[in-house]
Amino acid sequence: MSGTFVGMPAFPAAAREAVRDTTLRGNLRHATHTIRAKRARAVAELDDWERLRQAGKRIKDRTLRHLDRYLVQLEESVTAAGGVVHWAADADEANRIVSELVKATGETEVVKVKSMATQEIALNEALEAQGIHAYETDLAELIVQLGKDRPSHILVPAIHRNRGEIREIFVREMGEWGRPAPEGLTDTPADLAEAARLHLREKFLRAKVGVSGANFMVAETGTLVVVESEGNGRMCLTLPETLISVVGIEKIVPTWQDLEVFLQTLPRSSTAERMNPYTSMWTGTTDADGPRAFHLVLLDNGRTDTLADEVGRQALRCIRCSACLNVCPVYERAGGHAYGSVYPGPIGAILSPQLRGTGSEIDASLPYASSLCGACYEVCPVAIDIPEVLVHLRERVVEGGEAVREGNKVRLRPAKGHAAERAAMRAARWALTRPGALRTGQRLASRTRRLHPRTLPGPGKAWSGTRDLPPVPAEPFRDWWRRTRGGKDGGA
Amino acid sequence: MSSRERILGRVRRALADVPPDEDAPVERDYLREHGERTVEETVDLLAENLADYRAVVHRTDSEELPHLIMRLLAQRGPQYVLVPPGLPPEWMSAADPTRVHDRAVSTARELDQVESVVTGCAVAIAETGTIVLDGSPDQGRRRISLIPDHHICVVRVPDQVVASVPQALERLDPARPLTWISGPSATSDIELDRVEGVHGPRTLEVVLVR
Repeated sequence: MSGTFVGMPAFPAAAREAVRDTTLRGNLRHATHTIRAKRARAVAELDDWERLRQAGKRIKDRTLRHLDRYLVQLEESVTAAGGVVHWAADADEANRIVSELVKATGETEVVKVKSMATQEIALNEALEAQGIHAYETDLAELIVQLGKDRPSHILVPAIHRNRGEIREIFVREMGEWGRPAPEGLTDTPADLAEAARLHLREKFLRAKVGVSGANFMVAETGTLVVVESEGNGRMCLTLPETLISVVGIEKIVPTWQDLEVFLQTLPRSSTAERMNPYTSMWTGTTDADGPRAFHLVLLDNGRTDTLADEVGRQALRCIRCSACLNVCPVYERAGGHAYGSVYPGPIGAILSPQLRGTGSEIDASLPYASSLCGACYEVCPVAIDIPEVLVHLRERVVEGGEAVREGNKVRLRPAKGHAAERAAMRAARWALTRPGALRTGQRLASRTRRLHPRTLPGPGKAWSGTRDLPPVPAEPFRDWWRRTRGGKDGGA
Repeated sequence: MSSRERILGRVRRALADVPPDEDAPVERDYLREHGERTVEETVDLLAENLADYRAVVHRTDSEELPHLIMRLLAQRGPQYVLVPPGLPPEWMSAADPTRVHDRAVSTARELDQVESVVTGCAVAIAETGTIVLDGSPDQGRRRISLIPDHHICVVRVPDQVVASVPQALERLDPARPLTWISGPSATSDIELDRVEGVHGPRTLEVVLVR
């Protein structure tokens, strides 16, 4: 796979490229509008949606606020059920653990269930470097892998591809990876799905090691849950002899009963179905059914740093449904790649800069990849106030301040490139706290208004490049008020 | 320091603002089921939602069940049919194809040669059109309802039917391996449009038996 997010340009530069791609915009508009309407119908079926949403929020908040306790409880219950628990502080450690577990089996290939956590740590690339081939088995992940592409959506990583492009990728690449595409393959979705079925069946039947993530982990029982549609998940979770699951530490729910909330809200929010076709739940290992060895790798990789931020930690409630992507006007136009992370869209704009820090150009620009319209918050099934966190992160980028990186408190310096913004804000504060200066300034602005340029010079040029400057009135409001006593004297 | 200690330490430092004795129970004011229905109506809703996601639904009674299973198999015409070890023998008493009993030594490749499978289920959920298998003797190992392309699942109504997801979880044992099935295998990966039939059984027939 050549797809990588390293060295991505800042969001505005990447987005400018993306919006010029008319095929991409067409594909995204079609897909997001299809799913939006369906989701609204699926949600409307449940009268208690808002109550389920609030319960989901409360369950996840409870998990996060006692995460140490639940992690220890989960470790105990998974171990008691026959699983082995590993802890990985960062991506490198997780990749090392998984590589060694695979090597210990003597195998050189693994089949994979779609997993955001393993995307995040670039597990496939790390395994490849150790001579282990990882085969993606989710249809969209397969399209991305065969196309040497990058994922652009949480749920449907190949959302940027239309059926014609997918057909081309299958015809061109399947033979390189295994069973070639059938002769005369058409671009109907049913035929493309059939081609994937034939191509992957061989791999499922011979696989000895499966790698997955999980949607939920139940602390009290040690149960892991994978929600899917195609059956590739079931194949990977039950046919191999060894199963390795890499899961973010925030994926815990405290009790078995808690699943009753998320198994109602997740399918309706993600694929807009009453229930997704397949959900697998397993607790450790079972005699004579499924893998004989089960390893759970608990992944931190920036999650505890995110947890340390009292405003930003709510991002860890995310259950990766991608409803926020599907309603976002910015995502719909810019596409997923511009976000420079496996987590695109509104949730990515608050998750990536927290998991990775705001040090890079792309991460510092992500909190601005939003018009703050709030549609993401409206649809979020765990009520993450994404606009609130975006504004909070913007402040952190501009002003700097305290944050936690890799477990250590650090003081971030104000970001470069926001000097004009900071200067403007300082000037505004100075003027607004000095009525005399404000009055003089306003009168001056009104008198000189015919001389004002249409665009701002210097650092403000980019801002005014896409916006009209507000017209300055002929008379400042306060002068008008004083002259007419608020309009009572009839003066206009 | 081990990574376990490092991560737990980071979590504890990150949560310095949380009062140590904080322990508010989660308020659950959502519904246990949606709408009021008679037992009969709940079964009807199950049938409707199963069919909505392209499962083929049949209704019969226990006397007719063997003949229905025979007919469903005859329509497909498989040479072999896979059965879990504890399937009630009378269900298959009229069936023509050779029964293959799943054994622990059966490899995935062997199971791939069998076209149909007949199982029972643990519980069925009306509101979502879902059947849940829990690996009991009449359902067998998870792989047997996965590899064959044709799955016939028998649901005893109304005993095995619940209205909602919360009610289903109350009945299920988390210690067992569970598979929740809502219609045949499907994908929404091409243009976010749903297509039935990928890796799991492409034909799911659900028999509601009184």
